[in-house]
Amino acid sequence: MSLITVEDVTVRLGGRMVLDDVSLTLEEGEIVTIVGPNGSGKSTLLRTLIGAVPPNEGKVTRKRGLKIGYVPQKLHIDPTLPLTVRRFLSLPKWVDDDAAHAALEEAGAGHLCNHQMTDLSGGQFQRALLARALLTKPDLLILDEATQGLDQPGSADFYGQIEKLRQDRGMAVLMVSHELHVVMATSDRVICLNGHVCCHGAPEHVASAPEYRALFGSGTHGALALYRHEHTHEHCDHDHNHPHSHEEHA
Amino acid sequence: MTLLDDFMVRAILAGLGVVVAAAPLGCFVVWRRMAYFGDATAHAAILGVALALAFNISIFAGVLAIALVMALTVSSLSGKGFAMDTLLGVMAHSSLAFGLVAVSFVPGVRVDLMAYLFGDILAVGRADLLVIWVGAALVMGLLYWRWSALLTATLNPDLAIASGLSPRKEQIILSLALALVVSVAIKVVGTLLIAALLLIPAASARPFARTPERMAVIATLIGIAAVCGGVEGAYVFDTPTGPTIVTVAALMFVLTNLVQTLRKG
Repeated sequence: MSLITVEDVTVRLGGRMVLDDVSLTLEEGEIVTIVGPNGSGKSTLLRTLIGAVPPNEGKVTRKRGLKIGYVPQKLHIDPTLPLTVRRFLSLPKWVDDDAAHAALEEAGAGHLCNHQMTDLSGGQFQRALLARALLTKPDLLILDEATQGLDQPGSADFYGQIEKLRQDRGMAVLMVSHELHVVMATSDRVICLNGHVCCHGAPEHVASAPEYRALFGSGTHGALALYRHEHTHEHCDHDHNHPHSHEEHA
Repeated sequence: MTLLDDFMVRAILAGLGVVVAAAPLGCFVVWRRMAYFGDATAHAAILGVALALAFNISIFAGVLAIALVMALTVSSLSGKGFAMDTLLGVMAHSSLAFGLVAVSFVPGVRVDLMAYLFGDILAVGRADLLVIWVGAALVMGLLYWRWSALLTATLNPDLAIASGLSPRKEQIILSLALALVVSVAIKVVGTLLIAALLLIPAASARPFARTPERMAVIATLIGIAAVCGGVEGAYVFDTPTGPTIVTVAALMFVLTNLVQTLRKG
């Protein structure tokens, strides 16, 4: 059974159509990346998946007992709220010190345990968020622009870590990114979103799809080659099964 | 029970009952930036007093009912795109005004409004003491039971949802706790100063806390010190007790934040 099935989901926020008839499925153990321009509904789609935004039409089905590790795009911590990284990891369920340290190590933030959350840099903060998400032993890790604020080597490193986690734990990963060329090597499938699903499939398929190029220009394509060399996944049957009506959106 | 015959002892016990509930709850009020929310709920209490007098029910029940309605109304309006600070300001002051007008319509009763606006802690009887401590125990129980979920929902609603929690439910629990605190505190500090007992201990504790739990504990200790100091101070200087408690708390706020500023150099 799929981890999450999204069927014909439409979401309107404040009268604006944000998601238009979006369908997708997430299978166990796969890494799926959502790309799309600003305002294309990427974050709203993730929030719909975790249940924070109820769809106006359509249906989201989560596998029974599905554990989601969610790393939001931004997390504002009010300065009046004192919170160490260690305490943050134990929200909402208490975790023991060994588990906390192991998760921080795994997320590449081993030394941050006693820091206040508000004192962390952007990259450190994201790693603390990741460590917390990992502690729930999720079946599905959802990352919303997890690398924003990181430089390119930093984010390549971050995604390398995600792929390693997937290999070690076998969890599925769904992430949102602007940087297709960076996540290419890690993703099994890419979904290009612009309110509706423009195109989806294997990363190289999407990168060369006219719909994707219409949204992002062909400039990024050149950078892909640099990051492609590590990629050895098999891609078989990720065909288009959506009618294409994107020209008017492009 | 001879100890409880002393009005000073009763006053201190009543004050302690209120602060052990108000201080930890106040931390959430501070973290969630709900200061005005507390104010609106507390000010609405005077309307509850009017209703209780008119229908001849207990003040506690009347205040609890109105505070609950107010707290739930405000929390259901939040996040619906209203300008919250304006709306809360409107509700806080208009409910106070409505309450004062309503009290004046209650026939046959000459009400000492000052007692409800600023509290009358020295007039606390044994029955009041029981109501205060039962209410306080309920609030502490609610907070203890929901602590982790409340904290997660306070940090970020989406994180809470992804963890299988309902921020909506936690908001309702906080509203309920707030209504309870307001209804037990009205006798002690009065509607106008209830919000002070929520905010000031929490704000005074912030500089010394590294975790949320530590902040709640320190806030409670500061609240306890304010009550003891306030009741004694009011006796020595012959000042109104409720406002004296709040004055002591405010001095402690200045002190702790001053210490923090000096420590940082």
